[in-house]
Amino acid sequence: MESVLGRYRNLIILVGVLFAQVLGLAVQVKRTSENESSRLIRIWTVATVTPLEKGLVWIQSSTYGVWHNYLYLRGVRQENRDLKAEIERLRLEQVRLSQDAEQARRLQALLSFKEQYVAQTMAAQVIGSSGSEQSRSIYIDKGSRDGIKPDMAVITADGVVGKVLRVFHSTSLVLLIDDQSSGVGAILEKSRIQGVLRGTPSGEVILEKVMADNEVQPGETVLTSGGDSIFPKGMRVGTVTRVTQGAELFLNIKVKPTANLGQIEEVLVITRKEEREPSLAETGPVRAVDILAQRLPSVPDKPPTPETNKTDAGKPAQTAASTPPAVAAAPAEKQASDKPARSGSDPAVKPLDANSGTVKPATTQKAAPATIKVSDKNPKPATNQSKPQPVPPQDTPQ
Amino acid sequence: MPITYTSGEQVEVYRFNLPITIGVPLVALFLQAFVPRHFHFFTIFDLPLLVTIFFAMARRNPVSGLLTGGIIGVLQDSLTSLPIGVYGIAKTVVGFGASSLGVKLDVENAGARLLVTIGFYVVHEIVYFMVARGMVGLTLQWSWPHELWSALANALLGVLLFAVLDRFKKRT
Repeated sequence: MESVLGRYRNLIILVGVLFAQVLGLAVQVKRTSENESSRLIRIWTVATVTPLEKGLVWIQSSTYGVWHNYLYLRGVRQENRDLKAEIERLRLEQVRLSQDAEQARRLQALLSFKEQYVAQTMAAQVIGSSGSEQSRSIYIDKGSRDGIKPDMAVITADGVVGKVLRVFHSTSLVLLIDDQSSGVGAILEKSRIQGVLRGTPSGEVILEKVMADNEVQPGETVLTSGGDSIFPKGMRVGTVTRVTQGAELFLNIKVKPTANLGQIEEVLVITRKEEREPSLAETGPVRAVDILAQRLPSVPDKPPTPETNKTDAGKPAQTAASTPPAVAAAPAEKQASDKPARSGSDPAVKPLDANSGTVKPATTQKAAPATIKVSDKNPKPATNQSKPQPVPPQDTPQ
Repeated sequence: MPITYTSGEQVEVYRFNLPITIGVPLVALFLQAFVPRHFHFFTIFDLPLLVTIFFAMARRNPVSGLLTGGIIGVLQDSLTSLPIGVYGIAKTVVGFGASSLGVKLDVENAGARLLVTIGFYVVHEIVYFMVARGMVGLTLQWSWPHELWSALANALLGVLLFAVLDRFKKRT
């Protein structure tokens, strides 16, 4: 017996070690939450490896900062000019978008519509990765001491990156959206078709659960749907690059993430989300007649004459005959002065609608009952049907 | 220049300092986690595997080899989002195999090291594939061209790495 044990000693030890690891693996797979023993191993390893990574990243960023902030300033003046022009363009666009947002808030308040807001974010630096093709994840330099918790959304300015999977004292592991175990509730921007965004073993990102009878075009933007309760609704995720017929009546939609997942330097962790409904107080007083004035079809302008041009220049848009002029004048005048883009008859604002190429629902819908339930027919009036388009400076009312 | 033998009685067994024994696997783990952040193609390399093969072949002790492989694999697992044990099992098998082979064959020259590393890389991938699919439920795709190119790339890097690590060997 002893000779047999001695002869096969190595093999017995090998089987024993493998058996122990298989057993441990089976326990981890079965349990939904990680057990304490395996968590300790992770903590020790991460605590050993990540300080080195942090140190190297710090040296690297410091060197880069000195070089680019103090030494290599070629082209900075031109870039500065370009950025100023970009700011001007964005300011003009902001004016128009704020009008849309204001109207959307008013309608949401009337519908008691709850919306998620990104209330607080925390910037974090990427310090490392898992180093494995089968586990697409990165380490960031913020952990539990900074208030990071599992399942927090991680984004960049370009789009969604992933979610926090494990949190350690000063670091966190972020599961990227191209990992095969990740899943993001997604919606196509134009067609409003919902699906689930998943990673594949080869590192590609696909949109699943879209029926084959839906029409999806390459180039369409994919946004978060908010259905996963992790990512706030409406964040950019990627762009559809290829659509083919998949198995079992579903489409096979390949998506290119907008965030460059392979070269991420810094990310934002959404540490707090708020779900609230806009109040009428913050949008200003709105009366039923205001809503009706916006929704009723406008009367075409009379042919301009020298006299009327002078007198009507500052007048509001004409509304339906059923609206008493004395009542409609005040809000519509406010609208004409504050919200030029919404007034259908103001010549100064016509280019905006013409520029977008669409007719806004607020001005095309028929007259609704006097009750505010007019919005029930069109729960998403401005944001869904008319996508905000950049406004060229020359077309914008001054 | 290390003296090598192919006889079981005359085989040269090496040992390493404690700092090297601990430090080299940790540096390999660190580089494996850090470098792909800047150079994504680096994920095809498996530095912890190369270190496992090197220590196993140098010590020529199956128990030592499988324990070295098991520990390095578990540490590598703990950096990923996957359950602990997938790399651990694969590297345990490789550590045992490399040390057992090291007892019987001359694995000190570059050509032998190249072939041995290619072979053990494929073994590692097969075991990993089976465990990851069979136990963890990962959807992996096996591609022989990809695996063979990765094996060759790892073997070439291994030959260079082993030459560097040979400097830390000490005869028993």
